[in-house]
Amino acid sequence: MSDPSIPLPPVEKARSPLSEAWEMFRRNHSAMAGLVILTFIVLGAIFGPMLYPTDPFDMVWAPFSPPGEEGYLLGTDYLGRDLMAQIIHGARVTLIIGLSAAIVTIVIGVTIGALAGFYRGWVEEVLMRITEFFQVLPTLLFSMVIVALFGATLPMITFAIGIVSWTAVARITRAEFLRIRELEYVTASRAAGAPSGKLMFKVILPNAAPPIIVQSALMVGSAILFEAGLSFLGLTDPNIVSWGQIIGSNRQYILESGYTVTIPGLAIFVTVLAISLVGDGLNDALNPKLRQR
Amino acid sequence: MSDALLEARNLSVRFPVRARGWGKKAYLTAVDDVSFTVKKGQTLAIVGESGSGKTTAALAIARLVAGETTGEVLLDGRDIVPLTGEQLKDMRRRVQVIFQDPYSSLNPRARVEDIVREPLDNLTDKPEAEKRQIVDQLFEAVGLRPEQKRLFPHQFSGGQRQRIGIARALSTRPEVIICDEAVSALDVAVQAQILNLLRRLQKDFGLTYLFISHDLGVVQHMCDSVAVMYMGKVVEHADRMDLFNNPLHPYTTALLSAVPSVDPTLRENARRILIPGDPPDPFNLPKGCRFVSRCPVAQAGCHDAAPPLEDKGGPHRVACHLVGAEAQSPLGVDAAARA
Amino acid sequence: MAPLLKVENLRIELTTRAGKAPVIDDLSLELNAGESISFVGESGCGKSMTALAIMGLLPEGVGRVTGGRILFDGEDLTKASDSRLRQIRGNEISMIFQEPMTSLNPVYTVGEQIAEVLRAHQGLSRTAAHGMAVELLDAVRIPNPKGRVNDYPFQMSGGQRQRVMIAIALACKPKILIADEPTTALDVTVQAQIFDLLRDLRRQTGTSIIMITHDMGAVAEMAERMIVMYAGRKAEEGPVAQVIERARHPYTSGLISCVPHIMAEITEERHELTEIPGIVPGLAEFGQDLCLFASRCPRRTERCVSKRPPEVPFPNAQSSACWHAEEM
Repeated sequence: MSDPSIPLPPVEKARSPLSEAWEMFRRNHSAMAGLVILTFIVLGAIFGPMLYPTDPFDMVWAPFSPPGEEGYLLGTDYLGRDLMAQIIHGARVTLIIGLSAAIVTIVIGVTIGALAGFYRGWVEEVLMRITEFFQVLPTLLFSMVIVALFGATLPMITFAIGIVSWTAVARITRAEFLRIRELEYVTASRAAGAPSGKLMFKVILPNAAPPIIVQSALMVGSAILFEAGLSFLGLTDPNIVSWGQIIGSNRQYILESGYTVTIPGLAIFVTVLAISLVGDGLNDALNPKLRQR
Repeated sequence: MSDALLEARNLSVRFPVRARGWGKKAYLTAVDDVSFTVKKGQTLAIVGESGSGKTTAALAIARLVAGETTGEVLLDGRDIVPLTGEQLKDMRRRVQVIFQDPYSSLNPRARVEDIVREPLDNLTDKPEAEKRQIVDQLFEAVGLRPEQKRLFPHQFSGGQRQRIGIARALSTRPEVIICDEAVSALDVAVQAQILNLLRRLQKDFGLTYLFISHDLGVVQHMCDSVAVMYMGKVVEHADRMDLFNNPLHPYTTALLSAVPSVDPTLRENARRILIPGDPPDPFNLPKGCRFVSRCPVAQAGCHDAAPPLEDKGGPHRVACHLVGAEAQSPLGVDAAARA
Repeated sequence: MAPLLKVENLRIELTTRAGKAPVIDDLSLELNAGESISFVGESGCGKSMTALAIMGLLPEGVGRVTGGRILFDGEDLTKASDSRLRQIRGNEISMIFQEPMTSLNPVYTVGEQIAEVLRAHQGLSRTAAHGMAVELLDAVRIPNPKGRVNDYPFQMSGGQRQRVMIAIALACKPKILIADEPTTALDVTVQAQIFDLLRDLRRQTGTSIIMITHDMGAVAEMAERMIVMYAGRKAEEGPVAQVIERARHPYTSGLISCVPHIMAEITEERHELTEIPGIVPGLAEFGQDLCLFASRCPRRTERCVSKRPPEVPFPNAQSSACWHAEEM
């Protein structure tokens, strides 16, 4: 039927849903600003300690010297330690806690949500009752108990944060699985003989990913805040330095030298804000309904 | 006459639904004791309106429903309902499905090449080179260009997507293809392209179709025989010419007369039989014939017993108390009596 | 007699990411009082957009009338104020849509929704409006209207919901009823009921009907005149029986012959369906100075791709925008 006078149009380039999402993300100014700030913070956390090797635990000068004095850009804390060194070295720990707590959250949440949404029936009943149990626990209290019982080490703090925050991810994952498993392409994969594992992780999960990704990004931010909260209450590893721990240890002197609390507080604020901006940007970029416009 | 390749015998599908109160179990019977046959190389159309159970019946045959299936589905004389493991895989190689909605039947995150070869990957152990060759051939066969195979579904139009779905269904060289409302989501012009393609492929590959549709015009064009379903039951099962020229069940007659037509002679000759009301509540079906609440010629006896699907001469089977052995439509008889 | 509705050289531009495109490009049409016409075409041809423009409901900020006039009873609706348009929408022109589920508000009973329209536009009292709602439900043949008036939309079937929509649309006795694919979501036996109802109501009230559809069979049953649209332009216009008998535009004849119809006599032999190859062009290609159907047309010649064909009138009230209209 095709007429020689009208040539076939050239085949367009393959555009994956992810590359289209990136296009969309790039056009979102606030999300890009968040991404730039976040990149800067991450690079600082990785390379900062090499460029600024001062040991954050060393007493370098008189306590409570305000920022700028004697070349210490951010001043010193109540023990005369360099606040600048603490912020730079603490960035790494803070980000690691945020990231790994988010990973713990995703692993637990996605597994439970996926199993519940895919298998339905009694599996769903049992798993969702467990989820509800964790949801009604007072989160801060429960994580304090864990850290107090098993010791304030970095892995235990991460685990404590993860164990109290996975329920949201589990609920989102289950809802997405319930929706997607009824779509025709899942039935089509079934007709094509795909086994359950493949259906769950290769067919449904990638399509369920967008809201999970957004939730996880925001989870990094809230994990950082959570860690700050625990540190503020003194539940932290004294051998490491994190932003929350700086605030926690200086909290008695908040009235005399506010900067020792304000500066790490600002660092947390900027980081969490940047993560939120990126998370919102991801939400818009990954939402196919918004992309149509 | 050719042999039956696919046969449903007393097929029923029911879904458990939440009932009020603890411990009680309620069921929705979507397909109720249904039998039909599809001959090798031919097309059987299952026609019905929404809620008739036609799609559930088709998906049950493809072993794709979650509900409880009872009865037998014979493929080449062998029951496929209890199959598992390797035998189920073998059955899936032989029976494939084309789905209704070209927008939701393709995984948006997979390249179309991977979509088309999914049945090959899961159901066969052909070498990689052969699979690639098959995919290229299928793209040509359904009217797509092999250069397009790296693209994603959203880069195609509705008609092209349906061609991809067809290529996927063909990839294991199945004998039976179930077309579940395969063209109803498409624009009329594109629908013609797909219908022609399906008929060409049937000829080229010797396919047997189970064609599910609510569109009687399309069914008339595609089928060799028809089973009409109403509320989970087959009410009439006949060859194409028989059914369209001499519909016997009042529901079939009403359904046919309801289709708007461009043919002025048909519009003038046909008495529009308007059936009142809506289909009954599937949880609260009439005790006798399920069509009784809307039937224009229902009699007292119709309320008491469900009519069985009986042979009324030729291979023309009808489930209606009022169709006599001489195979005359009760509506026709009624009209003659009044005149 | 002056026509009830007259659309003159209407042009509507849609703003997309790629720029402005004319979704409706120089469209003219007339509708007489009591007449029933139909807009036909595939999706994306501008049928619904035309209807929305007549209703003054173009998507705000996206679509805009940039040329031409829409004259209703001599009044130009493209220049009417928002409040005047609201007045016209309720009382003079009303519309029913494809999906009766989403057009009704799920938290109010159908009676309340009908009464609401009557109170807003006709100033009826609460009890009078309620009584009128029962009458309207009876008019659209809902059994037991006194009882059903207190039902919520979810308690009704799709066909009944569409009847309620018709009751709401007819509540203020409009002069024009626009029905946008009113039966696409319904079963064919229910469609027959709705068509029957619309025909009777038109006979009783003298309302003009504009039905938007892609189904030539429905056009043949429901309309006196049809307007075939393609890519934002009018391809063909004429009395329904004549156009079906002898279409003067290849797109129209394609639309008629590409669908397998049930005819009076079913024969053993079945021909291949006539295909219209390809698909409707995207918005970006609208508005070019050529025949936009050319890329899919079996009669394409050099002229078709170099200049937009003008509308050619025929003595029998048919007209066609095709360079080859006379040959067909």
